[in-house]
Amino acid sequence: MAQANGLQVIDLSVQIGGLKAVSSVNLELNLGELVGLIGPNGAGKTTVFNALTGFCHPTAGQVFFKEQDLTNKPPHVVAQHNLARTFQNIRLFKDLSVLDNLKIAYHKHVGYSFFSGILRTPRYHKQEQKITRITMEILDIVGLAERAYEKAGNLSYGEQRKLEIARALVMEPSLLLLDEPAAGMNPNETEELIDLIRQIRKDFELTVFLIEHDMNLVMNLCERLYVLDYGVLIAEGSVQDVRSNRKVIEAYLGEDSPWQS
Amino acid sequence: MNRMNEPRKLDGKWNIVVLLLVVVVYGVIQLLAAKEILLPYHLQVMGLICINIMLVVSLNLINGFTGQFSLGHASFLAIGAYLSAALTVFLGMNFYLALIISGLASGFVGILIGLPALRLRGDYLAIATLGFGEIIRVVILNIPAVGGPRGFTGIPRYTTFGLTYILAVVTVLGIKNFVNSAHGRACVSIREDEIAAGSLGINIIYYKVAAFAIGAMVAGVAGALFSHYMQYISPGTNQIGFLRSIDILIMVVLGGLGSLTGSVVSAILLTLLPELLRGFAQYRMIVYSIILIVMMLFMPSGLLGGFELSFEFLENLIGKFKIRKRGVSDGTS
Repeated sequence: MAQANGLQVIDLSVQIGGLKAVSSVNLELNLGELVGLIGPNGAGKTTVFNALTGFCHPTAGQVFFKEQDLTNKPPHVVAQHNLARTFQNIRLFKDLSVLDNLKIAYHKHVGYSFFSGILRTPRYHKQEQKITRITMEILDIVGLAERAYEKAGNLSYGEQRKLEIARALVMEPSLLLLDEPAAGMNPNETEELIDLIRQIRKDFELTVFLIEHDMNLVMNLCERLYVLDYGVLIAEGSVQDVRSNRKVIEAYLGEDSPWQS
Repeated sequence: MNRMNEPRKLDGKWNIVVLLLVVVVYGVIQLLAAKEILLPYHLQVMGLICINIMLVVSLNLINGFTGQFSLGHASFLAIGAYLSAALTVFLGMNFYLALIISGLASGFVGILIGLPALRLRGDYLAIATLGFGEIIRVVILNIPAVGGPRGFTGIPRYTTFGLTYILAVVTVLGIKNFVNSAHGRACVSIREDEIAAGSLGINIIYYKVAAFAIGAMVAGVAGALFSHYMQYISPGTNQIGFLRSIDILIMVVLGGLGSLTGSVVSAILLTLLPELLRGFAQYRMIVYSIILIVMMLFMPSGLLGGFELSFEFLENLIGKFKIRKRGVSDGTS
């Protein structure tokens, strides 16, 4: 088997009660790739993400990232291995300021102790200045710098999605997992999002793995696709291959569909 | 008030102002005491206010900032109060050393209890901490050496108003600095959304237990101050049991979850209120309850909600005042 140098998922299965949400899924992502995971509602896409990031325990299979075993590790340990994710239902700290949302994400790089914080040592001041500088830079990139001191909950829906991506970027990840980043966005916002993802991928040298229903975004952005249906991987390959794959069409539109691409 | 306060670099200047304020208030109180305008009774009430400030602020760190609903805060007070008294009475230990040891012991018990209990959430955690509080109380009740149900008597009076004042100031400033540091932000993020906090690399159990331990430690020191102030500590539910825990919790909620200023204000008000209502004798608890209900009806997020008295706020206030004055004088000229 050719080893991927990024994410390597081997025979991943997740059983939730009597339901096999994900069964024997194999995924391989090389560093620097931009890959999509698509499939009808309830296919188990988010469950795959949850299993990768430690939010649910796989019943079988293994997850490796850069040859590090991440199987069954809790979320904060997964985060330490430079994986960052966003959520399908936005999970911002809504009552905190935009800037504080980002500052919290810098947590794993913070270089001062409890006591430095309580006694406000010079180290604390130096680090806090650095944190503010870095987070403001990233806010600038996503175009939210002017709203740094606003409550995150007061941003528009599209801005909240962007803020969640910005928050993930602050962690300086090498693999970014985006769970339906364009959900609920209008076509204009989706276009902006596509540009943003392209830009940050280049600027931050990211590997991106995303779940999306918006086919415009998927076809425009992704270099490769995995298709999931009822927890089983039914197709993989380039966008063109997947588009004309009979199984994929059946999964989305049912058998004997008059529709042909 | 959609916009939040923008932080500015005023630290140096305002630190000196705070220090001066703390010293001046202390000086004035001591002066009034020396002139016998403030009687020992007044000083005692003020000392109790300071002890209550420590208890309320430390519980606010657990309940308000980290969002872990604890109903067992009085048990940490109990550990501090009894342990320090036992150390000074039976071993003749130096009071300050006993103060430190009881704080550390309380914090350690906080870690021991926190590790299993903080895996629970919301109501379940509240019940678990309530149960833990009762265990501590019943254990103390059954140790004859510390007086059992009669209470621990004959504790030397080592605590002075000055000591409670200094430690209350240190507690408030320390916890203020903590919640404004990266570690404090981690605690707040757990309150806001545990799942998101975990995805950002924050070790949730670690920070929950840390907040719990810091809170327990402060409460332990407050307990040691308390027993050496009243010279007596009894194992009644309203002293070290769940009624006391709820008293502290009321002060936290009334002041506003997540507001240190609110904690200080409500600790002062709710310690004074029963004292001021002494004249009404048997009606005072009714009046106290009515005041609480009315406040919660009209101010459900507490006296100050999430508001924090900050120097930025004061500067803005002063700035506005100046502008208004200038405007008026411009109009007349």
